[in-house]
Amino acid sequence: MRRGRFTGYWLMLPAGLWLALFFVIPFYSLLATSLFDPEGSVLTGYDVDYHFANFVDALQQFWEPLVRSLWYAAVATAICLVLGYVLAYAIALKAGKWRTLLLVLVIAPFFTSFLVRTLSWKLILADDGFVVDTLQFLQLLGDDGRLLATPVAVIAGLVYNFLPFMVLPLYASLEKIDGRLIEAAGDLYASPTRGFLKVTLPLSKPGVVAGTLLTFIPAAGDYINAALLGSPNQRMVGNVIQNLFTSTGDYAAAGALSVILMAIIVAMVMVYIRTAGTEELV
Amino acid sequence: MNGLQRAGRWIGEHLVLAAGLLVLVYMFVPIAVVMLMSFNDNSESRNVYAFRDFTWSNWANPCKPDGMCEAVVRSIEIGLLATLVATLLGSLAAFALVRHDFIGRSVANTVIFLPMASPEIVMGSSLLALFVAGGFGGQLGFVTIFIAHVMFCLSFVIVTVKARLSGLDQNLEQAAMDLYASEWTTFWRITFPLVFPGVAAAALLSFSLSFDDFIITNLNAGQTVTFPMFVWGVAQRGIPMQVNVVGTVMFLISLFLVVGNMLVTRKRAAV
Repeated sequence: MRRGRFTGYWLMLPAGLWLALFFVIPFYSLLATSLFDPEGSVLTGYDVDYHFANFVDALQQFWEPLVRSLWYAAVATAICLVLGYVLAYAIALKAGKWRTLLLVLVIAPFFTSFLVRTLSWKLILADDGFVVDTLQFLQLLGDDGRLLATPVAVIAGLVYNFLPFMVLPLYASLEKIDGRLIEAAGDLYASPTRGFLKVTLPLSKPGVVAGTLLTFIPAAGDYINAALLGSPNQRMVGNVIQNLFTSTGDYAAAGALSVILMAIIVAMVMVYIRTAGTEELV
Repeated sequence: MNGLQRAGRWIGEHLVLAAGLLVLVYMFVPIAVVMLMSFNDNSESRNVYAFRDFTWSNWANPCKPDGMCEAVVRSIEIGLLATLVATLLGSLAAFALVRHDFIGRSVANTVIFLPMASPEIVMGSSLLALFVAGGFGGQLGFVTIFIAHVMFCLSFVIVTVKARLSGLDQNLEQAAMDLYASEWTTFWRITFPLVFPGVAAAALLSFSLSFDDFIITNLNAGQTVTFPMFVWGVAQRGIPMQVNVVGTVMFLISLFLVVGNMLVTRKRAAV
């Protein structure tokens, strides 16, 4: 099958072209947009005049939702890591023959519309709903306390929506672990806890790194949860960008903010990968 | 080893499994709510976030809300078209990446990973910036949505098919060739059937990604309304219960397909 010297190029060409045209080049358009003269508009057209002040303006005006996005995404990722690890561990090492079925169940929620599922959280967390009533009964929430329109609701939504992105890579790396290594730890008188900390956890590191990235990145850019479950006080950077593009029509500011978000994420990912010390991502 | 320790270990082992199942249950709570609400009769009340009365009427008249079924049909059209193109191009690329050596292969591998690792809002706004810069700002609609969907589905297709392809035993193809099968016959009789479950999974994944996408679509849709955009639009006013019917049907169909694919794969493996 390797005979044709150019077969590889021909097979790669259509997909490569599509990604180049509609994924790589758009980043340049975005970069250009972020340097537009903010005086222009969609109707009159924009001048690209290397208006770097757009970045300063965007940061000054929108630092709050930007920081909030990163903060919410970080908290959601941490919670996902704990929940996801438990689930992935149970499936990979404890589920036996039910493994495949459980794995299917992990991805099954993906198949109901993201928006519809998020809206159903609105019902679950509603002011006179079961969850709020229970928390009020347990005195964990004041009598007029609520969950909707609070950071708790937004973070709960993020955790829920991005949990499968955490579970799948974790499962993939846990499943690869040679069970004999864990047994060996036990044979050498390591307690189960110690065996886990010294053997299982380090071996699952690639999954932890990939999972946290795949959760954190979309969560930081998400605005559906903040819009549906939060109030304007929980506005995230995605809400701002979306509004600037579609309602306000302020392309220069929206472009600048998108570039800032991407730059922060790329920087964080690079630092993270370096400190976590892994090259194996996919 | 004393009995107490053994009991402790037993509980420990099953505790993890129980906790894991609890997490899984948590993932299904909203879906159960969607299913339940699809039978909710809220005609008496404006509150769409509480269950009032049981009714079949939402299932009997799924197209009652204005524009919803049109939006569903449009999403299905876009989804099928995007799936077809993305699965085709993505599978070819996966073959190139696994079976062929070419200059730029590692660059291609990185570029393919990037769309999965970029926030949707950034991809969506980049694409919008491109369309506007290219003078298509006024013509956003079906075609621009289709372009965007193929773009973000491609990576997922390539990764899925690649995984299947690299786990494949090449000796089988070698054997076919040794038995004087032509390259073409070998491909259709050996390679394709073996890769097919991967391609089918990729197509299923593409369709559900496309059908479900909101963030990128919303930025590049212009006046065209897909199902997620319809939901977003009515979410402010209170969603019609029929939205839950669509959610339930989607869930059941895809669960059926996923389990079907799984069973077929397993049967093949057993043979």
